Amino acid sequence: MFYIYCPYCKEHREEEEFHAKGQAHIARPADPDACTDEEWGEYLYFRKNPRGLHHEMWVHATGCRKFFNVTRDTQTYEIKEVYKMGERPSIVAQDQNPTAAKQA
Amino acid sequence: MATQKNRLKSGGRIDRNKPLTFFFNDQPYQGYEGDTLASALIANGVDVIGRSFKYGRPRGIMTAGADEPNAIMQLGATEATQIPNVRATQQELYAGLHCRPTSGWPSVDFDVMGLIGQFFGRMLPPGFYYKTFMFPESFWELYEKFIRKAAGFGRSPRERDPDIYDHMNQHTDVLVVGAGPAGLSAALSAARAGARVILADENAEFGGSLLSCRETVNGEPAHQWVKQAVEELEQNENVLLLPKSTVNGYHDHNFLTIHQRLADHIADKAPEGKARQRMHRVRAKWVVLATGAHERPLVFGNNDIPGCMLASSVSTYIRQYGVIPGRNLVLMTTNDHAYRTAFDWQDTGRKVIAIVDTRQNPTGPYIDEAKNRGIQVITGSAVIQAEGGKRVDGAMIAPISADGDKVTGEGTVLTCDTIATSGGWSPVVHLSCHTGSRPVWRSDIHGFVPGETVQKQLIAGAISGNYSLSGCLKDGADIGLLAAANAGHSTDGLAVAKLKVDELAEGEAMALYSIPHSKPNSRAPKQFVDYQNDVTAAGIELATREGFESIEHVKRYTAMGFGTDQGKLGNINGMAITAKSLNKTIPQTGTTVFRPNYTPVTFGAIAGRHCRDLFDPKRYTAMHEWHVENGAKFEDVGQWKRPWYYPKPGETMQDALNRECKATRDSVGVLDASTLGKIDIQGKDAREFISRIYTNAWAKLAVGKCRYGLMCGEDGMVFDDGVTSCLGENHFLMTTTSGGAARVLEWLELYHQTEWPELEVYMTSVTDHWATMSIAGPNSRKLLAELTDDIDLDKEAFKFMDWRQGTVAGVPARVFRISFTGELSYEINVPAHFGMHVWKKLFEHGAKYNLTPYGTETMHVLRAEKGFIIVGQDTDGSVHPYDLGMSWCVAETKPYSFVGKRGMKREDCVRVDRKQMVGLKTKDPRKVIPEGSQAVDNPNQPIPMTMLGHVTSSYYSACLGHSIAMGLVRNGLNRMGETVYYPQADGSVIEAEICSPIFLDPKGERQNV
Amino acid sequence: MQKYSGFGLLKHALTYHENWQRVWRNPKPKKKYDVIIVGGGGHGLATAYYLAKVHNITNVAVVEKGYLGGGNTARNTTIVRSNYLWDEAAHLYEHAMKLWEGLSQDLNYNVMFSQRGVLNLGHTLQDMRDIQRRVNANRLNGIDGEVLDARQVQELVPIMDCSANTRYPVLGASWQPRAGVARHDAVAWGFARAADSMGVDLIQQCEVVDILKEDGAAVGVNTKQHGPIMADRIGCVVAGNSGVLANMAGFDLPIESHPLQALVSEPIKPILDTVVMSNHVHGYISQSDKGDLVIGAGIDGYNGYGQRGSYPTIEHTLQAIVELFPIFSRVRMNRQWGGIVDTCPDACPIISDTPVENLFFNCGWGTGGFKATPGSGHVFAATLAKGTANELAKPFSMFRFHNGALIDEHGAAGVAH
Repeated sequence: MFYIYCPYCKEHREEEEFHAKGQAHIARPADPDACTDEEWGEYLYFRKNPRGLHHEMWVHATGCRKFFNVTRDTQTYEIKEVYKMGERPSIVAQDQNPTAAKQA
Repeated sequence: MATQKNRLKSGGRIDRNKPLTFFFNDQPYQGYEGDTLASALIANGVDVIGRSFKYGRPRGIMTAGADEPNAIMQLGATEATQIPNVRATQQELYAGLHCRPTSGWPSVDFDVMGLIGQFFGRMLPPGFYYKTFMFPESFWELYEKFIRKAAGFGRSPRERDPDIYDHMNQHTDVLVVGAGPAGLSAALSAARAGARVILADENAEFGGSLLSCRETVNGEPAHQWVKQAVEELEQNENVLLLPKSTVNGYHDHNFLTIHQRLADHIADKAPEGKARQRMHRVRAKWVVLATGAHERPLVFGNNDIPGCMLASSVSTYIRQYGVIPGRNLVLMTTNDHAYRTAFDWQDTGRKVIAIVDTRQNPTGPYIDEAKNRGIQVITGSAVIQAEGGKRVDGAMIAPISADGDKVTGEGTVLTCDTIATSGGWSPVVHLSCHTGSRPVWRSDIHGFVPGETVQKQLIAGAISGNYSLSGCLKDGADIGLLAAANAGHSTDGLAVAKLKVDELAEGEAMALYSIPHSKPNSRAPKQFVDYQNDVTAAGIELATREGFESIEHVKRYTAMGFGTDQGKLGNINGMAITAKSLNKTIPQTGTTVFRPNYTPVTFGAIAGRHCRDLFDPKRYTAMHEWHVENGAKFEDVGQWKRPWYYPKPGETMQDALNRECKATRDSVGVLDASTLGKIDIQGKDAREFISRIYTNAWAKLAVGKCRYGLMCGEDGMVFDDGVTSCLGENHFLMTTTSGGAARVLEWLELYHQTEWPELEVYMTSVTDHWATMSIAGPNSRKLLAELTDDIDLDKEAFKFMDWRQGTVAGVPARVFRISFTGELSYEINVPAHFGMHVWKKLFEHGAKYNLTPYGTETMHVLRAEKGFIIVGQDTDGSVHPYDLGMSWCVAETKPYSFVGKRGMKREDCVRVDRKQMVGLKTKDPRKVIPEGSQAVDNPNQPIPMTMLGHVTSSYYSACLGHSIAMGLVRNGLNRMGETVYYPQADGSVIEAEICSPIFLDPKGERQNV
Repeated sequence: MQKYSGFGLLKHALTYHENWQRVWRNPKPKKKYDVIIVGGGGHGLATAYYLAKVHNITNVAVVEKGYLGGGNTARNTTIVRSNYLWDEAAHLYEHAMKLWEGLSQDLNYNVMFSQRGVLNLGHTLQDMRDIQRRVNANRLNGIDGEVLDARQVQELVPIMDCSANTRYPVLGASWQPRAGVARHDAVAWGFARAADSMGVDLIQQCEVVDILKEDGAAVGVNTKQHGPIMADRIGCVVAGNSGVLANMAGFDLPIESHPLQALVSEPIKPILDTVVMSNHVHGYISQSDKGDLVIGAGIDGYNGYGQRGSYPTIEHTLQAIVELFPIFSRVRMNRQWGGIVDTCPDACPIISDTPVENLFFNCGWGTGGFKATPGSGHVFAATLAKGTANELAKPFSMFRFHNGALIDEHGAAGVAH
């Protein structure tokens, strides 16, 4: 069971208080109506799924209800960094260059 | 009653003044307080405690701890308190304990399988079942029945468990696992540094090897030091001591579970009102693993005959329990350490026939001591097979080569009744591996030690290959200090006190796991590696010969390590045999993966109190008691208990529905609608936010007005709906489905926080704040008028889809004129604590109108008569608004591309032949199509048939006098008036005409009166 | 291939089992194959077997980074059933079911397929509507199944608490009598042995580190242990690693890899004769021939390749099991573990061509992979043989996530396992 630091509550809390919400930094296309089916499908369904460092979103569901980002190793499950919405990760995998964040 | 023929006159930590009677196979026996079930059985000379699973061979107690493979018992005096698969070596004895073996038929002493096994055992190599039982195909079911019957050990109780189980959450600076010399020392020094410490040990008494070792500490017996250490820890309020508590799992981020047995030492059932076991869920800043090491037995022929035991276990029985498992001992060892077993044995006055040392020329103080004691030491030799039937009666010894590979001479038989063996020690690395760390082989100690880990974990004592007592004590103290320091405590000035231990220096051990036989292993007497699964050295060699070369393949093909001891006793030996037959080293062969649990854990303890009433919270509305008193049947909707219908005496469900429906349409009915999700949305951008989330238009909704809204995912599929009301220019109240409230709120927060943080909007759940009662029917206005004097109910002043604030039954209320039934209808919302009061007032005034309470089922019928959908029943995540014929609810021209808009325009979503929501009228008006029926065009088409869609909602409408249904039909919106067929399981076919789903009052006049 | 039979066993017993042949060779890889299958799990081995048997393509290598059948094949709860809702999924799984029936004889390897029936419980009125819908669809698709009420469920499983006293009482169930369980390891080994005997090279301890491309088309794989191995067509069947392999080839998949946990009890005497699954209270259970209660938990919500999940998931599962089977409260959990499941948004697999020519993927089976093993191999073999998806595979193209033609087993009928 993960021990997750909520950057808003500023406390470590048990995983049971949180929901995992999948890959972070996915920008909703600015003009959805201009997207092709393929582009929309990529936005909807296609995900980074790395073995190693992963930037993902969690929500403190039974706490402050805030969403935030977590950089976690999907192999060792170590949490390397926790940062708020709109912030950029300071730890990134060498072969990874997350696309520009919508929250930036 | 049998006498305790193997009980020593003195010694041990048992209380000879407290005799306990227990029952093995219904026969009474006596032991003492402080005994385990195993030590008591040994005391009574019980040799055969089970039969082996494949060959039916007699088996005896091998060990004194968690590594025991054979002594697996069925415990319990009553049906409800049966406990399967209890390890006798870890079960404390209590008065009145009832146990029986889990194998052997008709008994362990005379076992039919044992006879069959002698003849057919050779037919049962590893994997035999993959190679046979295939012909004829139809016989497999029968074969399987016999296979199943032969498998399994104990049995599950057949009655409900009378006991309860606790959970306790713990946070600690340092969790020390194991209270042997290293663990006790670690706990002492961490506690002295001021750290919060939990010390857990699986045994009843702290001390580990100190309770039975020969060494003295500071000149006193080691258990004296244990006593002082425990006393000091007990007095420290920062320390939690957990004996009888197994740390069974090490999970990520230093989360560990400790399984504490609170009552297993008292009886098969906990005292009234007390928990039987407790699971501690521990978050530890640092963990010190001081789990020690397990001795390895040596693998040799017939090494499973009762009387073959682990050397250290023999010592434990003698020194800790005051029992001796035989008269004449042959000890076989690869190392000095095990010599002490011969000394312990001899000290009781019984005879040591010989120490058989596999090393060619062992020297050193242990060997000298043995010689001084007059014990015969036979070097460069090994016991190649045990002799005997139900008990060892001899040991055949033979000289072996220096590398231990071959027998080099003739065998001779030594007469004895006990063969103790030691092949060295394996660190107990299990917990360190639970989070994915791989152990590392150390050739200097012939064992695996914990590998690199990302957990905040330290190791101390024998687990790190540090086998001397003085070393364990010092290592533990150092590591305890380090753990405290790591956890943030100052250790300045805390020196580790040096303890004086008198111990003999040990010489080098020999790396030997499996003893050669004069015959090849395939022809030698069976040499058992994993006793519980009858895995032999020959079996492992066969597996590798057949190409199962990965250690995981060997494990899976032979079942090695799959037993309840999880290979604690045999795995390393098995790996060594595998490695040898593949011409590899042990580290090249690798280990299998250790998983939780370290030792098995009761389901009940893991589940805790979270069953039945506490399985999942029950949510009740403010009027729940009234519903109960008035005979409501309830339906589970999410966590809510909702009234389903209110049958009167003698009524069938359909009678009740007919009555409820009619009363509502004819006069007035009332529904407890409190469970609908309610989200209060405020902020200057609230309107814009709602507009982006819902598919329809919100720009012009005025204060005091309500509107129905449809919510879709980005894929365009409907996922919730409800009415949202404008409470103020920047203030809205959104309602959601009862089951979807939490999901919708998280959805709103997701979009606000991640996509549109620039919008100023605040959301909060107010579902529980309000009690909601929906009165519907032509007399609803009259009824409401009697309860309010400050809301103008005039049909022009308070129109359909308006809401008003005022007073109802004397309490503040919001009244929404909205309708899910198609009738004139008001939804009265009052603060939840006034709910019951207002509800009762409604009935006081409603009697004259025949005010009738109705439940969810009548609500379903009434709304279906109007063709209103229920999200989750009429939709399933694959249906978009156009499929529902609800294009009126999609504002394509909204400036912002609302959530779902793009999704519903994808190629597959704009196909004309999608499944679409339609009404269905059966040809036979009395026939109700079962919900879930599948539509076809041609009922005579052979299977597989082409299905067009299914019936989502279907009822008998008492008001209309015929059945009604809604359903999805391929291209249904363009097929009005056509016929589709619904083939039923009984072979009948129901014919229905596609029609509009609005069966009643298509113009909506009733709700607008 | 040495034929297995009871008589053979007797014969070998007389020679102390010293003469059993290897079940498969340990070949050095050739430079080039007609087809390389990446992944030596059940699906990959089945693909190789049917390529050889049905399509007569035997110049085939299966490259496996660990040992055969060592991934999800080795760590699932072995349930086999075909009662899926949507036509596309139902046809695919029923195709597999028909292959299961008779598989032991076909492979001359007893995979211990035990058709003891599967119950999918319903606990709410909506559950029961979904069950009705699914069973009706199954029936018209030629898949066996019936809807049982609580009393009939109780008769089938007398030890289950079907009373009204549980938090979510059992209202009924769907029942597929032909469904059941099989011995998972034996499935992999049986396919491997049969494929090997027809000439397929099974190359273990051989990790693919790159997909080799020429002009945008795949031409081979680069491996850590044996360097490049070339092929005309490449099929990736690497559950738990699909995303990683796809990234080597230069594209993303609509897949997330999640931990899925399972556990077994200590072996106990036979007490449960069917498979019982409940999505609502979330747990499923059967008893293996060895006597263990085999219990499946839910998916953990985060991505994870660690072959382990979070403890609360185990707690919730055992709470569900004890709620349904209060008599199991005193039985003990022996082992827990995790697999890595590649989940698609619609809980249906991908059997598909890809943006890279000559490279095909068979993945995304989520929690439903084991039961499809022979069917998956059969249709993927056809796809690889022809270079284009066969009829059964067609709806499972990865490009359905562009045009929106999802097969939403997730949203529908709640048969997520």
